[in-house]
Amino acid sequence: MSIETRTSIVWDYSPAPESADHIRLKDRYGLFVDGEFRDPADGRYVPTINPATEEPLAEVAYGGPDDVIAAVESARTAHPKWAALPALERAKYLFRIARLIQERSRELAVVETLDGGKPLRESRDVDIPLAAAHFFHYAGWADKLRYGTGAREVEPLGVVGQIVPWNFPLLMAAWKLAPALACGNVAILKPAETTPLTALLLAEICQEAELPPGVVTILTGNGDTGAALVRSKKINKIAFTGSTAVGREIQSALAGTDTKLTLELGGKSANIVFEDAAVDQAVEGIVNGIFFNQGHVCCAGSRLLIQESVRDEVIEKLWQRMGRLRLGDPMDKNTDVGAINSAEQLERIETLVAAGEDEGATRRTISCDIPERGYWFAPTLFTDVSPAHRIAVEEIFGPVVSVLTFRTQAEAIEKANNSRYGLAAGIWTDKGSKAFEVAGALKAGVVWQNTYNHFDPTAAFGGYKESGFGREGGPAGLRPYLKIVR
Amino acid sequence: MIRRLPHVDRVGIEERATQLGKRSIKTTAKQQGIRLAVSMVDLTTLEGADTPGKVRHLCAKGVCPAPTMPEIPSVAAICVYPSLVATAKEALNGTGVKTASVATGFPAGQVSLEAKLRDTEDAVAAGADEIDMVISREAFLAGDDARVQQEIVAVKEHCGDAHLKVILETAELGSYDHVRHASMLAMEAGADFIKTSTGKASAGATPGVCLVMLEAIRDYADRTGRIVGFKAAGGVSTSKAALHRLVLVKETLGDEWLTADRIRIGASSVLNDLLMQYAKTQNGRYGRSEDFSKE
Repeated sequence: MSIETRTSIVWDYSPAPESADHIRLKDRYGLFVDGEFRDPADGRYVPTINPATEEPLAEVAYGGPDDVIAAVESARTAHPKWAALPALERAKYLFRIARLIQERSRELAVVETLDGGKPLRESRDVDIPLAAAHFFHYAGWADKLRYGTGAREVEPLGVVGQIVPWNFPLLMAAWKLAPALACGNVAILKPAETTPLTALLLAEICQEAELPPGVVTILTGNGDTGAALVRSKKINKIAFTGSTAVGREIQSALAGTDTKLTLELGGKSANIVFEDAAVDQAVEGIVNGIFFNQGHVCCAGSRLLIQESVRDEVIEKLWQRMGRLRLGDPMDKNTDVGAINSAEQLERIETLVAAGEDEGATRRTISCDIPERGYWFAPTLFTDVSPAHRIAVEEIFGPVVSVLTFRTQAEAIEKANNSRYGLAAGIWTDKGSKAFEVAGALKAGVVWQNTYNHFDPTAAFGGYKESGFGREGGPAGLRPYLKIVR
Repeated sequence: MIRRLPHVDRVGIEERATQLGKRSIKTTAKQQGIRLAVSMVDLTTLEGADTPGKVRHLCAKGVCPAPTMPEIPSVAAICVYPSLVATAKEALNGTGVKTASVATGFPAGQVSLEAKLRDTEDAVAAGADEIDMVISREAFLAGDDARVQQEIVAVKEHCGDAHLKVILETAELGSYDHVRHASMLAMEAGADFIKTSTGKASAGATPGVCLVMLEAIRDYADRTGRIVGFKAAGGVSTSKAALHRLVLVKETLGDEWLTADRIRIGASSVLNDLLMQYAKTQNGRYGRSEDFSKE
């Protein structure tokens, strides 16, 4: 073009870190039992660190076997009164918690990002608003349980133990606590070892909401704490979200007992792009499907299935788009990809990526500046992947997408279902009839059409096959917390 | 010619465009972004009441938008009706600011091709460096893609050395699929720029429309190697909106596209908001509208 350039102004975004000045974290947090924070029986505290800097944030109590016994006792004592409250009164507490989450949303978002490494953009726009929305949603169900289940009479189960993962700490706590409490149960929540802080702030919120002591107990610790909770004989139900391996252990530990169980486990979800898809939006959906929360998402679209006729176009556009992802300080409002949650998880990602290279898949990783401290993994794309490769079969739980191709609709369905898992799937097509046909044939608990990783408290979420059983969200999410009397 | 419409998902495109509106542009980035935006403005007056006097005032404003802040560059062009091109050309002589003219029966384009070409010839003869034409929405909506393209080709021939910006008037096209298709038609027919709107329709350069057109430009450049510019016009009246459009460009086409010879913002009122926001980055307060002359 002949129009001369008169100005050459370089334009890059300046650093835009969210301030953490308003955060008042305590130096140490005890166990939240009987409505107050108390020291663990053996006095053990462990630090929780910021995975983006490896700096400690606070010390958190390590719940041992005696603490589990005390927690269960407190919960047992609290249950009859809570269950006997008029449903509308229970709902009021849930509404109050929801509003307090909204009021403290900025603080919760910052702490979620500091403790877990996820970009502030996500904790601010997704995690915290959705957590509040879950409490609002289930507050509304509290006095309508019969209509949500279709039964004439329902009863709460009693004391439920809930073990949540580190990828969406507050949101998963909300998914678990809100329906349990709405149904008249009392809950003992075990947050993940690496991300306990927002659950502890939620404990403060329970105090502020004047929730009766013992209705919510927060028991921090590691896998042993969770195991002790599972093996406690006085618990009526365990709800677990996490890896399939741990889910298996829990299920075998509970075999032959009358403790109820729901599991929400891993996935290797298929994201299927048909040749008639809106390509640019599909690419956006692929990015959102696998790089959202650094791929630490159980329903991540980690198996990308592209119709052969558009394979090159989609991969080229995806690669271009990946190049624009901004990796770095999770506290920066313009960061798209934050830190990997822990050293352990980083190692697991690196091992599987190395296996992918060894097995002959072609690896492409975007070039970007990696901060010196903390745990990081740059967004990675694997092509020339065979369905038998480990990276096409095993859950990586990181920002790594494996591309497979298909020729026909039937082959797409066959390949998508050819997995031990069945948590979620995505379908990209502009043709409505095809979308419905394929969705009906997929063995996955959630199927998204022309979008991915969208969550809503009204929609049921849960798995097929080794992705678990039981549903969370919507009226279906009431069922696992109720006994149907008649 | 068989029309095959591309697929653009409305929900997806709007979500992405909205998400990019949340980029945090502060401190130096804000100052540089505002300067960049000013340098891309096509400062426009398109009213029946325009006179040579008004156009001369506007030209002076465009050449030196804020005498108190010398680091603010001139705008890219002054955009007027064909009858005022000579006045603008004279006022802008030697300043580097271009003279742009709307033509082809702007804004409706409901005149004969002969009249459109004559309109173009007049503007070029009077010294216009850039011609902003409208596509025939009448032909496009009736499915006559060939006529839409033939008209663009004919106008382009009559432009001579002048650059041709093709206005799609996206608010009248009815869908993102149509916006994308019309973008491709215009680029294939030889447009130097594609432009969203006349500023006279119900909506203008919405984030979604801008993103669809920028993606079309990117795909066309990838396929053919030819670079086509983009002009957002209509509804971009605040600094925040202008910077949002620049974010869309940066994250769709890349940094090398952030220059006035590839990107323009057609507007009248946005310039002073850019100046006021720039002043705010320096003295910390958002001033009064009287701080800067209207024209």
